[in-house]
Amino acid sequence: MKDNYREAFKEEAGELLAQLEVSLLELEEAPEDMDVIGSVFRAMHTLKGSGAMFGFDDIAAFTHEIETVFDMVRNGTFAVSKELVNLMLSAKDQIRLMLLAADGGDAFDDTTSRDITAALQRMVRGGERGVGVDPGGEGQSDTLDDLREVMTTHEISRLTTHILKSDGIFVLNVTCTLASSETELAAISARIKKHGEILAKVPLAYEAGSDSIGFRMVFASSNDVAALQNEFGPSLRETRLKPACQAGEVRAPQAVEPKVDRVTYRIRFSPREELLMNGTNPVSLLAELRDLGPCCIVAQTRKIPFLIRMNAESCYVHWDVILTSACGIDTVRDVFIFVEDECSLSIETIDDSGRLDVDGDYKRLGEILVERGDLVMDDLERVLAGRKRIGEILVDSGLVTPDRVSAALVEQQHVKEIARERQVQESSSSIRVPAERLDLLVNLVGELVTVQARLSQTAAKNRDSELVAVAEEVERLTCELRDNALSIRMLPIGTTFSKFRRLVRDLSAELGKEIEMITSGEETELDKTVIERLNDPLVHLIRNSIDHGIESPEARGAAGKQRKGSIHLAAVHSGDSVLITIRDDGAGLDREAIRAKAVEKGLLPASGEFSDREIFEQIFAPGFSTASKITSVSGRGVGMDVVKKAIEALRGSIDLSSESGRGTTITVRIPLTLAIIESLLVEIGNDRFVLPLSLVDECVELTREDISRSHGRNLANVRGRLIPYVPLRERFGVHGASPEIEQIVITRVDSLRVGFVVDNVIGEHQTVIKSLGRMYKEVVGVSGATILGDGSVALILDIPQLLHCAELEEGFAQTGHAAA
Amino acid sequence: MMAKVIMTADDSASIRQMVGFTLKESGYEVLEAVDGRDAVEKLQARAVDMLITDLNMPNLDGIGLIKEARAIPSCKFIPIIMLTTESQESKKQEGKAAGATGWIVKPFKPEQLLAVVRKVLG
Repeated sequence: MKDNYREAFKEEAGELLAQLEVSLLELEEAPEDMDVIGSVFRAMHTLKGSGAMFGFDDIAAFTHEIETVFDMVRNGTFAVSKELVNLMLSAKDQIRLMLLAADGGDAFDDTTSRDITAALQRMVRGGERGVGVDPGGEGQSDTLDDLREVMTTHEISRLTTHILKSDGIFVLNVTCTLASSETELAAISARIKKHGEILAKVPLAYEAGSDSIGFRMVFASSNDVAALQNEFGPSLRETRLKPACQAGEVRAPQAVEPKVDRVTYRIRFSPREELLMNGTNPVSLLAELRDLGPCCIVAQTRKIPFLIRMNAESCYVHWDVILTSACGIDTVRDVFIFVEDECSLSIETIDDSGRLDVDGDYKRLGEILVERGDLVMDDLERVLAGRKRIGEILVDSGLVTPDRVSAALVEQQHVKEIARERQVQESSSSIRVPAERLDLLVNLVGELVTVQARLSQTAAKNRDSELVAVAEEVERLTCELRDNALSIRMLPIGTTFSKFRRLVRDLSAELGKEIEMITSGEETELDKTVIERLNDPLVHLIRNSIDHGIESPEARGAAGKQRKGSIHLAAVHSGDSVLITIRDDGAGLDREAIRAKAVEKGLLPASGEFSDREIFEQIFAPGFSTASKITSVSGRGVGMDVVKKAIEALRGSIDLSSESGRGTTITVRIPLTLAIIESLLVEIGNDRFVLPLSLVDECVELTREDISRSHGRNLANVRGRLIPYVPLRERFGVHGASPEIEQIVITRVDSLRVGFVVDNVIGEHQTVIKSLGRMYKEVVGVSGATILGDGSVALILDIPQLLHCAELEEGFAQTGHAAA
Repeated sequence: MMAKVIMTADDSASIRQMVGFTLKESGYEVLEAVDGRDAVEKLQARAVDMLITDLNMPNLDGIGLIKEARAIPSCKFIPIIMLTTESQESKKQEGKAAGATGWIVKPFKPEQLLAVVRKVLG
């Protein structure tokens, strides 16, 4: 894909250069024309920006220099001259050569680039309007970020201290003779120390063979730059630093960031009233915090005025959040990156797991309020003399508002819960319950959901507001009960993962391979039944990786890889499903072998172009194997088709990608639970059907006209892409004529987009899955049924199966892939 | 269920293509504009859920676009993200003052773009 962008960039750059030439020639005629200057600047700017985006780093670096000069022209520090135009024209030619070189043409001459940049800089230094001192020394500029890269955490914290004291930060480049560099450095350091504090000594790149070495001395001083230049010479520079960061905000280099366990943060987020005016949605910020870990959010609503005085476009609410997360404080702070200036924000660490005393109580309410700065210690002590509950007393005496007290109480509660949870994990206290009882519970909840749907429907029909209120309450409770009941059946996938560790160890020993298994996301939870049924397919996939994927240590050595191969097994939540990936760093799939085999087996036509995906998908065909020798482990061609079937039986999907020589990645998507699903309810004639929402992409209309235009092929044009569709009315033999305008529900299965035509889309629906029983086990295209609110039955469509049938019947797989 | 509509305003066709492709792949509908003026006209004709704009554009630059967009009723509260090569505070501040929600510094990877889109679009 990147190549496509590169092509687009080259084409665009060509146009920009042509336009640049015209502008430059115009500029020669009218050197003060700001429009033309602007368009030259923009052309350079786009070449730089887009160049950097699409990997033309040399062009980006070169145009950056030129853009800098031209920026000076734009803001009037530097005048356009004939020499400048000449230089710019040769710069333009140089960029064209660079583009051609990237296209596989002759290599361009790098020295020309340097000559042009140097000439531009000479010209700028000589011809600047106003004071003619180059503040940048050798045209370099040191920003705080540059410096930070090479400074240690301690040095950075010293740097911040000085910046906050508004000391100047200076950089002095010194060159020492290699032999006596230590004494020379000590001497210059002593001189600097008279003026301030040395923050860092950074060695400059050492050129092999040279007998001298350069150092960059970074120091802070309260003296002004002129006085210092007097002492150290004009090469001394003051860095253009402003305290972009406040105290404590300076970010340590990433490598130093300590790996934290779970930390509890106290976050106080008080946005300004205008927060909403620049498109920020505070709710999504809070949602982002929730994604970081368990958190309690208390909205401070005290500032909301009476309705009459309220401006609906203002944000009056403040939030106190207690968050427990494995993320570092920087990650938490990053959530607020766009609103830092529009809010007052404080983030404090109130507990990192080591310190929390599990047995003891968390701090008393009064202590929390004092620590949060909402109350003074003296007041607290005075009030403590009373006997009522501390919160009530404080509110009664008007020292703290009820909002603040409740926020502090929430904090107390949250930390207690976290501590308790930790305790539970440590002592793993739990109750053993027979699995059948849980199944029964889930079944009962399922019944309840059905009845509740009926209640809601009745309430809505009768327009009885009291009944509606009750129905809504029941709906909320049912929802909670359902989530709860389902979560009881959830188990972390980690136990399954650790079983595989043994498998990898034994198999790799048997096959004489060296393989390391890395796992992540062990704590990801899945329904117990799902985990059990996932075991076999995963074993198959891991076996395949070990046997076919990872090469022998010798072969790996020869290919320049580490002798030891690795298999990465990861589980992660994604919406209402869990993604399990198995990634090996082996040889990857052999595209040509698979293709040859597929042609031999008649799965693919002998000629024609196929995408990687189309070819790789063949390995899911029954009895497919390219292994030339059969090992005891795999190669007999039973496996991948079975794996795919097993995953689909769990309403999941499987996807694979592979890069020759780099390895293969298999992604298995599995729904969280099998009992109740989010789905889309549709109607055909008088019948209703249900499609799993997780597979639905979008719905579009299909008119009679569309149908007649497609000349009998079941293809719909959706925003310029052809999408094949299956008319469900025909498929299920529903009587009656279809309406004037039908709906296509577009689904995505294994990255293939296919539509299903229905009469009408009714809406989202909580579907309790009922099995159809043994009698209907063989029915194709239906995976179960559900009972709707009005007591009628709707069939649950088995999308992958329907798709498979349609592919067999019409062979539209090709078009489907082209459209996907 | 309805795909959210995102407008990308950039005079660089390759950036528009990259941004457009990345967003479409993630299920968003994308509306393209070639400069600030074009964007304003299209925004007046059709409501979008989000705007991603370059800063340096002919006819009407990014800052001007943000200001004019905020004056269009349907755009008053939508997230507006500016693409900037200038990592300097000044441009960001100017953009924020004009009503931008956030920024992305070029060069960026598709994943970074998506992360920001999800961040502000919820």
